[in-house]
Amino acid sequence: MDPKKLRYSPTHEWVDVEGGTAVVGLSKFAVDQLTDLLTIELPKVGDRLTAGKSFGEVESVKSVNDLYAPVSGEVVEVNQALADDVQILSEDPYAKGWLVKIKVDDPADAEKLMDHTAYETKIASDDH
Amino acid sequence: MYKLDQPPLLFEASRPGRSTAILPPCDVPVVPLDSLIPAEHLQKSAVPLPELSELDVVRHYTNLSSLNMSIDGNFYPLGSCTMKYNPKRNERLAALPGLGAQHPYQDDSTLQGMLAILHELQNDLAEIAGLDAVSLQPAAGAQGELTALFVAAAYFRDQEPDRKRTQVLIPDSAHGTNPASAHLAGFETVTVKSDSRGLVDIEDFKSKLSDDVAVFMITNPNTVGLFDPQIGEIAGLLHERGALLYLDGANMNAILGVVRPGDMGVDLMHYNPHKTFSGPHGGGGPGAGPIAVRAKLAPYLPSPMVGRREDGTYFLDEDRPLSIGRVRAFFGNTGVLFRAYCYIRSQGPDGLKRVAQHAVLNANYLLSLVRDVYPVPCGPRCMHEFVASCRTLAKDRGIRAMDVGKRLIDYNFHAPTVYFPLIVSEALMIEPTETESRDTLEAFAAALRAIAAEDADSLHDAPFTTPVSRLDEVKAAKTPVLRWTP
Repeated sequence: MDPKKLRYSPTHEWVDVEGGTAVVGLSKFAVDQLTDLLTIELPKVGDRLTAGKSFGEVESVKSVNDLYAPVSGEVVEVNQALADDVQILSEDPYAKGWLVKIKVDDPADAEKLMDHTAYETKIASDDH
Repeated sequence: MYKLDQPPLLFEASRPGRSTAILPPCDVPVVPLDSLIPAEHLQKSAVPLPELSELDVVRHYTNLSSLNMSIDGNFYPLGSCTMKYNPKRNERLAALPGLGAQHPYQDDSTLQGMLAILHELQNDLAEIAGLDAVSLQPAAGAQGELTALFVAAAYFRDQEPDRKRTQVLIPDSAHGTNPASAHLAGFETVTVKSDSRGLVDIEDFKSKLSDDVAVFMITNPNTVGLFDPQIGEIAGLLHERGALLYLDGANMNAILGVVRPGDMGVDLMHYNPHKTFSGPHGGGGPGAGPIAVRAKLAPYLPSPMVGRREDGTYFLDEDRPLSIGRVRAFFGNTGVLFRAYCYIRSQGPDGLKRVAQHAVLNANYLLSLVRDVYPVPCGPRCMHEFVASCRTLAKDRGIRAMDVGKRLIDYNFHAPTVYFPLIVSEALMIEPTETESRDTLEAFAAALRAIAAEDADSLHDAPFTTPVSRLDEVKAAKTPVLRWTP
């Protein structure tokens, strides 16, 4: 996936909506901040995700961080490979390291999130 | 560079037949073991315990202890942990037979001295907090948080039986124990952002304050070492909505005798006697986490409390029908509580105030010595601790907070807290405490400055003087080896 074409939440999740389905992942910036990853907890197929609420967590040698849903919807697929080897997320956050696929309630929700330029500006100003 | 040898394990030093005790001949009748214990429960082969002399064992543990850093051996600026000196007189007094050799099942009438001390400590902690009642039971700060939230929940169940407050607000700079305690107490946690100064973002706080909020858990001074002057406004807004203000008392060392949490509008709080009142840290405990509350919350505190009868005798008051019950066996961890009592009585009110003043002075002096090399994003002034950042060093030269912390070991200093709080990138959280001299602070600053000028590549492998150098933390967390095998 091309990071420039994705939408981003303020909590560093990216989303790629195509039709009624969205792929959700974590930005490279967030992954780099976490440093060495240890484990990840993801929801189950069929779970409801609510925009802005936690749907899982990722643990690194530094900290345990919540994963927040960028848009609302129902989980249709979970990246099982990631649950087995979280290293995939460090190596390839925009492709093999995707987290979940969801059937979104309203595809227009993603439009409210930041585009790549806005996200880049945000992380540059946050990182003081 | 001199490097210590890796000491052998007791199992590796074991020699067949070597022992510590020579037992006398058996003077009771010998009976077969399986006549006493059914054969299926007996061990089939000998347990492979190490065989060593007493001297082997003494040397093993003495040498191991010398590999450990401790406040008695090293400057220990571990931010948020308040690693101050533990005065030896506290150890001597807490070990007096009237305190150290008592049994909790003794009758109250034989424990009057001990109960008098605990009763006085309850009053002292209430006075320092500016609050009305204290429970000494919780066994650690985090258990104090959890207990206080149970007390708050019991209060709301009683006062507002027809509705339920479901949320606890917590700033994003909080200790990780706050959301953990709130979750364990059955609340939903809602994060409140920090503003660019490192204080509570008051607009974000207002937007999240609703009638569902039970408690706001604040740490003041907070984890970036700043006193939040908005605390009065925050308390007012919470109280208008009927919610409570909780203070994480981890940083009480900065305000002892200067300002009382109760006067800031705090309704309930915990203390960490092992931080603020010089109880020893180490080995994960035993700690203590007394909580102080306003009068309206007092009926819900854990039972028993130490009470005083009109005739001046002391007793354990179990007759408290609204209490949430026990959270800890017997009287709590009295050993730490006695040390806190000795410290408070040794310092007195003026001494406690000087503790806070010197803790703040030391932190500010150290900050001034390092900030040109390690920027302090929420500076230039601080309370008892400050959070420096390796962000520039990491970006320009690849030297990260972890590298600096590890390399400090070679300079004979314990590392500061690293990568916390999360709102500062590449954080080094430094708390010198009031018990360090100007010489020590200057030596530590010199080490920090020297490390920043070292070769980045070699820093990634530090420390160099320890028996094992850089450990693989990912491997240790993912595939821990918890048991020695030959």
